[in-house]
Amino acid sequence: MIRLDGVTVRKGDTLILDSVSLELTERRIGIIGPNGSGKSTFARLLNGLEKPTTGTVHVDGAPTDRVSALGKVGFVFQNPDNQIVMPLVDEDLAFGLRKSGLSKSEIGERVQRHLERFDLTHLNERRTHELSGGEKQLIALIGVLVMEPAIIVLDEPTTLLDLRNRRILVSLLDRLDQTLIVVSHDLELMAPMDRLIWIDEGRIRGDGNAGDIVRGYREATAAEPC
Amino acid sequence: MLTSDYVPGDSVVHRARPLIKVGLLFLVCTWLFVREGWLSLAAAGLVLVAFFAIARIPPKIVVAAIRPALWVLGLVFVAQLFLADWRFAGFVVLRFAVMILAASLLTLTTRTSDLVEAIERALGRILPARSAEAISLALSLCMRFIPRVRDIFEEVKNAQRARGLGTSWRALVTPTIVRALKSADEIARAIVARSPDGPHVR
Amino acid sequence: MTNDTTRDIVLIALFAAIMAVLGVFPPITLPLIGVPITAQSLGVMLAGGILGARRGALSMVLFLVLVAVGLPLLSGGRGGFAVFLGPSGGFLVGWIVAAFVVGLTIERLWPRLGHVNAFIACVFGGIIVLYAIGIPWIAFAAEISIAQAFVGSMPFVPGDLIKAVIASAVIVTVARSYPVITSP
Ligand SMILES: Nc1ncnc2c1ncn2[C@@H]1O[C@H](COP(=O)(O)OP(=O)(O)O)[C@@H](O)[C@H]1O
Ligand SMILES: [Mg+2]
Repeated sequence: MIRLDGVTVRKGDTLILDSVSLELTERRIGIIGPNGSGKSTFARLLNGLEKPTTGTVHVDGAPTDRVSALGKVGFVFQNPDNQIVMPLVDEDLAFGLRKSGLSKSEIGERVQRHLERFDLTHLNERRTHELSGGEKQLIALIGVLVMEPAIIVLDEPTTLLDLRNRRILVSLLDRLDQTLIVVSHDLELMAPMDRLIWIDEGRIRGDGNAGDIVRGYREATAAEPC
Repeated sequence: MLTSDYVPGDSVVHRARPLIKVGLLFLVCTWLFVREGWLSLAAAGLVLVAFFAIARIPPKIVVAAIRPALWVLGLVFVAQLFLADWRFAGFVVLRFAVMILAASLLTLTTRTSDLVEAIERALGRILPARSAEAISLALSLCMRFIPRVRDIFEEVKNAQRARGLGTSWRALVTPTIVRALKSADEIARAIVARSPDGPHVR
Repeated sequence: MTNDTTRDIVLIALFAAIMAVLGVFPPITLPLIGVPITAQSLGVMLAGGILGARRGALSMVLFLVLVAVGLPLLSGGRGGFAVFLGPSGGFLVGWIVAAFVVGLTIERLWPRLGHVNAFIACVFGGIIVLYAIGIPWIAFAAEISIAQAFVGSMPFVPGDLIKAVIASAVIVTVARSYPVITSP
């Protein structure tokens, strides 16, 4: 469980998030809001990648500024090209495990198991830069899954995908047991969420069930002057 | 682009430990300058020929290894012809040829990955674990970045063309670098996010 | 590894990769000494001028290690230990010092960085210092005098001056839009 208490984030003179307090307990939580509203900053707070200027973030009761939350909260970045760090797929999937204390063969097995689970063993020895956009996004996600975090945060995971790859990713997310926190504009992806949080200009503008929030967000967006 | 000219084989030369080969190369080249003379050059040349034979490197590949340097060596030869005499010119050029071929033998008989691993292991012994890890991360990251930077460059080039802008060096290099730097910062974040077991200090 | 160290490693690897990509542009070999004019010496100035002295020099070390282990990353697809033992070997090793000196000069000039300053830094580190290392090596290995090696290297100066102009423009623009060096 993640809890934010009076979290404010400032960069220089800009206020990016303004006193946000929330408890995230649902299994599938969506974050929506226009570009530049602070969604990515919010997402990065959840694993401690971003530290609040004031206020605190607790993951399972431990404050992220003192206890690393990186093992508990996995993070899938928007652009998989910036998340894949190794030249070969199997090396990249093993990247996060290199200091886990597991042996080389244990790491290999774990990577293999996750590739098998999603029918992606054929990608095992490919060069990462030769993968298609959809394959890259899946490999980025599996690189997080092999770490077996309890919570996974995804920052706009479908924006760079075509329809077919989007469907593959959505069905893959459906099969996960983890708690998911998904930042997205993809209202279809957001519809089945247990809870939606609407961020606007660094503040929580709406928080509730998916139906209500999506309706409110649609109306507000339509009402805006072009 | 990212493969070396490794010639697979199972000879003694192939199997010798990579760092021993590097050490020998260094010794031979130093010796060629310290004991400057036809005798030492001939000796080194003979040993080299023997090693090439043992490693069964096809003559075609030997020629290919020296070819890029021929033009420069020709110039050095001509320069020395004016400065000294043909004998000394020949000596200087042959010494270059022996050094270049000796170095090529290392490349031709050693897999890049083995050499990298050997370097990493050697560094691991003399450096603290963290520095050695940092170096091996830098090596992998660089290999990952080469195609990425190439893609960014191509995207920038196409975008400039589409906008009808000229493709001057400056117009291409600046946006490529700025985009690559942004990407690098995101990658640095991803590395931190993906390394839960690494010690993180802020 | 601290977060800052991680970022430094990423930046060092990035500029080594930029060197490799610049190597794809075909070199022009001018007659006389035969040191090829390549886009890569632009990369040396950029590495120092954008990353600063320490990281710039380390990115050159990383790049040269990859060349030394056999990857054909130098312009014209050259690579392997052999290139260090040819006549232009001194210039290759000199890239490390050149990037360092360009970086150091830019760091010193940082608060007052402009096109002229940046150009001076590139010429000083990327040409004067670089040649001061490359020329003695040619002289030593090819058994000619320093003066002869110096004269032989002069044809490359115009090309390198053009590269210093380009590099300084890029360095100044990047310093304004996405600075990496922080003022001392
Ligand atoms: N390092 C920074 N310095 C200043 N402003 C920043 C920085 N990072 C992000 N911002 C600004 O903060 C706002 C929120 O950014 P972000 O969290 O990425 O929004 P979103 O993901 O919703 O598009 C944006 O207006 C952005 O320009
Ligand atoms: Mg965002």
